[in-house]
Amino acid sequence: MMNDTFDLAGAESHIEVHKFRGGAIVLATGLALLVQALIPIYFPKAGILDLPLLITIYFALSRRNPSTGLLLGTMIGLLQDSLSKVPLGFYGIAKTIIGYIASSIGARLDTEHPAARFALTVLFFVVHQGVTVLIKRLLLAQPEVWFTLRLGIAAGVNAIVAVFLFLLLDRLRRPS
Amino acid sequence: MAAIPSRHKSLVLLAGVVLIQVLFLAVQKRDSQGRLIRSWTVGAISPFERSGAWGFGRVRDVWRHYFALQNTTRDNEELLRENNALKLQLSQLESKAAEADRLAALLNFRRLNRDVPMLGARVIGASADAGSATVFVDRGERDGIRRNMAVITPDGVVGKVIEAFSGSAQVLLLTDKDSGVGAMLAGSRIQKPVGGTGEPLLLLKYVTNDDTVNVGERVVTSGMDRIFPKDLPVGTITEVKPGNPFKQIRVRPAANLERLEEVLVLLTLHPLEVQKPAEAGIEAGEKSAPEQPQVPKS
Repeated sequence: MMNDTFDLAGAESHIEVHKFRGGAIVLATGLALLVQALIPIYFPKAGILDLPLLITIYFALSRRNPSTGLLLGTMIGLLQDSLSKVPLGFYGIAKTIIGYIASSIGARLDTEHPAARFALTVLFFVVHQGVTVLIKRLLLAQPEVWFTLRLGIAAGVNAIVAVFLFLLLDRLRRPS
Repeated sequence: MAAIPSRHKSLVLLAGVVLIQVLFLAVQKRDSQGRLIRSWTVGAISPFERSGAWGFGRVRDVWRHYFALQNTTRDNEELLRENNALKLQLSQLESKAAEADRLAALLNFRRLNRDVPMLGARVIGASADAGSATVFVDRGERDGIRRNMAVITPDGVVGKVIEAFSGSAQVLLLTDKDSGVGAMLAGSRIQKPVGGTGEPLLLLKYVTNDDTVNVGERVVTSGMDRIFPKDLPVGTITEVKPGNPFKQIRVRPAANLERLEEVLVLLTLHPLEVQKPAEAGIEAGEKSAPEQPQVPKS
């Protein structure tokens, strides 16, 4: 199960693997999707946020297990696909990759510092954008620009929100 | 068979999961495949969206009426309602004065097409991704909504239904990059498609540099897409730039697509012909009395 704990073998074993309260991941994911679907109706500018991505990054970084991270990313991505107009698998693939990379990085680096979280979120946002553009261009044959000013702003805004959101999500951790 | 080293297992899993999704993506046609997954997800989240929308509405109402300038807000709402009624009256007078069938048809749309069933629906959710402009409404298949039905507001075109679930439906807004509507310039009657760009403004496409287009000109539906009835307001031209080979023309949508709360769904998949006043046996001076659509469920 996702909330089970595990040990990191080898050189990375000094990095703490965080456990979460029962149902925390499912609850946080559901809430993120719900808020993502509701908030833009009342605050259109909030559509710039990608809460499912932030949730994927947080839990993947915290769990530090690539397999868990990528499967979590798959699940969140497919749910996001279901609530969007894109074909199923579009965000599924992007978040699978983010989940894998985030958990791999989480297993090697200490990602608890707000500055590290900010920088990593910007990085993952850009990678996520790159993957979605690749999917659109290669698999869906749709023209898509790689980067716009709006995306740059979105990366920064999401990273700022991530710093505070991650602090909030830290409270869902089981005390070690 | 050689065993996979444990450190590579997650990499193999990654490749497998991505490959499965790539294959799924490749064979997927939005019309059919994946509908079950979407139905389950939307079915699961819709009740929460309804509750959330209701909760947001209540909190907003309480804030507006009890905390934030209680009387001013109410007065403002009254004035807005009155203003809307006056706007309608003014438009009616203009159409009568000019005896323009186009405006008369637009204003009398509901009356002249009383056989066209319309359904009011409340917006309960937006898209879960920032890259697409879609909303969910609280009416679905059991209310008669089907894919490709037109969605409008009294102000103008909103979009079309792209997916109908049992109790909700997904509407593709005009501003979405994949969205488009058959349109024409209200003045010159030049017919060109209008498409979304993913930004708040729309794009009037394929207008050659020889065609005269002015800022402030109104754009209405042409009816050629066989989804939207003719002469519904699409928007107003806000910017015209020469381009190669076509002009770059930006259109501000007539409907406020960033603040949608209630919409009307035209419950027909057949192309609508807006009747001219003469065809409907209506005198030019006759007062228009649009029928009220069904009120959406709260």
